[in-house]
Amino acid sequence: MSPSLQAAAALLPEYLAWHVLLSVSALGLGLAISLPLAIAAARSPRLRWPVLALASLIQTIPSLALLALFFPLLLALSVLSAATIGRGFSALGFLPSLLALTLYSVLPILRNGVAGLTGVDPAISQAADGVGMTPRQKLLQVELPLAAPVIMAGVRTAAVWTIGAATLSTPVGQTSLGNYIFAGLQTENWVSVLFGCAASAALALAADQLLGLVETGARTRRRGLVVAGLAGIVIGAAVAMAPLAGLGKPAAYVVGAKNFSEQYILAELIAGRLERAGAARVSRKEDLGSAVAYRALAAGEIDVYVDYSGTLWTNVLGRTDNPGRQAVLEGLTVELKRRDGVVVLGSLGFENAYAFAMRADRAKALGVASLTDLAREAPKLTLGTDIEFLSRPEWKAVDAAYGLGFKTKRSFQPTFMYRALSGGDADVISAFSSDGRIAADNLVVLTDPRAAIPPYDAVILISPERAGDERLVEALRPLVGAISVEAMRAANYSVDRDSGKLTPAQAAEALAIR
Amino acid sequence: MAGAVIELAGVSKHYGAVAALDGAALSVGEGEFVALVGGSGSGKTTLLKTINRLVNPDAGQVRVGGQDVGASAPHELRRRIGYVFQEVGLFPHLSVAENIAVTPKLLGWDKARIAERVEALLDLVALPREVGARSPAALSGGQRQRVGVARALAAEPKLMLMDEPFGALDPIIRDALGGDYRALHDRLGLTTVMVTHDIAEAVLLADRIVVLDHGRILADGAPADLLAEASDPIVRALLEAPKRQAERLRQRLGASS
Repeated sequence: MSPSLQAAAALLPEYLAWHVLLSVSALGLGLAISLPLAIAAARSPRLRWPVLALASLIQTIPSLALLALFFPLLLALSVLSAATIGRGFSALGFLPSLLALTLYSVLPILRNGVAGLTGVDPAISQAADGVGMTPRQKLLQVELPLAAPVIMAGVRTAAVWTIGAATLSTPVGQTSLGNYIFAGLQTENWVSVLFGCAASAALALAADQLLGLVETGARTRRRGLVVAGLAGIVIGAAVAMAPLAGLGKPAAYVVGAKNFSEQYILAELIAGRLERAGAARVSRKEDLGSAVAYRALAAGEIDVYVDYSGTLWTNVLGRTDNPGRQAVLEGLTVELKRRDGVVVLGSLGFENAYAFAMRADRAKALGVASLTDLAREAPKLTLGTDIEFLSRPEWKAVDAAYGLGFKTKRSFQPTFMYRALSGGDADVISAFSSDGRIAADNLVVLTDPRAAIPPYDAVILISPERAGDERLVEALRPLVGAISVEAMRAANYSVDRDSGKLTPAQAAEALAIR
Repeated sequence: MAGAVIELAGVSKHYGAVAALDGAALSVGEGEFVALVGGSGSGKTTLLKTINRLVNPDAGQVRVGGQDVGASAPHELRRRIGYVFQEVGLFPHLSVAENIAVTPKLLGWDKARIAERVEALLDLVALPREVGARSPAALSGGQRQRVGVARALAAEPKLMLMDEPFGALDPIIRDALGGDYRALHDRLGLTTVMVTHDIAEAVLLADRIVVLDHGRILADGAPADLLAEASDPIVRALLEAPKRQAERLRQRLGASS
């Protein structure tokens, strides 16, 4: 077995356990909601249309967006509940994933439930009345048993959808089989991506087959099949979720990471130091969105993570000025503490700035060395960016300072952004200055004579609750000023390169030794 | 005649602007076999269904056994009345025996009594006992309706309501089943109200024929009396049809033999 396959397999018990727990809970809750709703809608034609229309509407929301929308909603609710009853709850991870997936599972069960119940032969319905059944007896003894195969077909569809969509719960901080896919996409670890897809597909197929047994049993009235299918589901789910029993104790520390290689490496570096400092258990919440990460820290859902001074300055504090590297750091330290109680422990010693990069040969041919030169050539060029750059204030600042009227602008996953540049699909990209691929791909970074791009010192942030945690602070303080941009680039490249890849944990280890 | 088992007074039922029943009045005595006849839309099925509250009238009063049908819950009323209809409506997910046992089970009879009753009923409707274990889907049309009759009789009702019970069966089976049921009616001392559009069947099986048209009762009496006395042209045409048919049949069959 190859090392990357081995690494992926080692993570399977935990990822699969969470994935199954999430899917089973969402499906169970979905069933508990949609079955009574289906019964009510089958009874009342007036209720039927609005209920089915609403469920269809929910289904049209892209699943990733539905998951993302629950985070701010729950965060607001949590703040409200903290203010009113003095107790908040986690808006990250399991809860938003569960709610979104539950909503997602409602439609197929509801639609099939209504179809199954309204499809019962009127003669049989009349016979049930005629023999003297109460409406409840008729429902339980005649209508539901007869609709069961159709309802089960809906449950099957819902199960397959839920298991597939559960991979999308990774970006809201819920561990799932999606971790393979999201992390693999960022680090160009295609083995990991494929492993995640295969595991999720295999799980969906297994669930589909077992539920199919129940459906066939219900259709052909063979009780043995129904029992076998249900037993298979119960046993399979129990075995898959067993590893969670060992994870019962809440982690002492939660380290957050956004969704790119450098963040995975730094999270591992921090986690490693905390573990060596004697922390019982350190867990990681990876692949958080940029805005989600800071809010999660301020709310105490993660204890520590690394962010960048420019990002905090523009996106969190909403500043558009650029007073210089040191002033930004000092301003952040004061402002974040005052506003949110968040501690800026210090800079790691390198910057990961937005940097406009071009292929060296292309830059030379066009005579472009600075953003001022780029403005001249821009109308002929295509800009490739990561997905969020064009909606960030930094882009507006750069555009305002230089007037970059590009011919076209295209957004990519960071991984594909570099590929687009080397493949000629983009002429200029919004690269990251600590990215190892700048040197590896022979790119030039354009200078910024008007200082439109703010500094992006990597800083360790600590949540308000952990501000006074000596063990945490002392374990992480040695990291301040300890990592040069060259060291970070090398570490990033060791994870991103095509051959001889390291895992983020291995790269972190290598980084710690230097 | 003993006390009336069924009494309808001024019963009306409208569906939109259409009157399915228009002030119908009827009294059925214990042990009677009454056939409700009339064309489609005459209101005969609606009238039958007001007796076990499958239809709730807009106006008028329906009494069964001297009690207003609205006095108790509909399911309690229906468990005391056997009901058989053309589509039979056997529960496809239950065996024949389970179908027959439905009402006794709802009434909470114990298992041994139910099992005994199911066997007795299979005998009564002339079905072999091994049919009990089969699925309704495995039965012929005639067998299915025999099970329908057995299911209706399961809780030992004294009153049977039948809505075109033999309408979907072929003539030979229909004749046999009709005759068998009439024998049961007499043997068990039942009171039966049967809807049919087949006048011959009504004349052959019933003691009394009630003719409906547009929700009103046009005639009510023994078949022979009606034929002798009825002046209404609709009633006469209806009742003379089977007689004319029988005469023509005899002529044609006689000529060819």
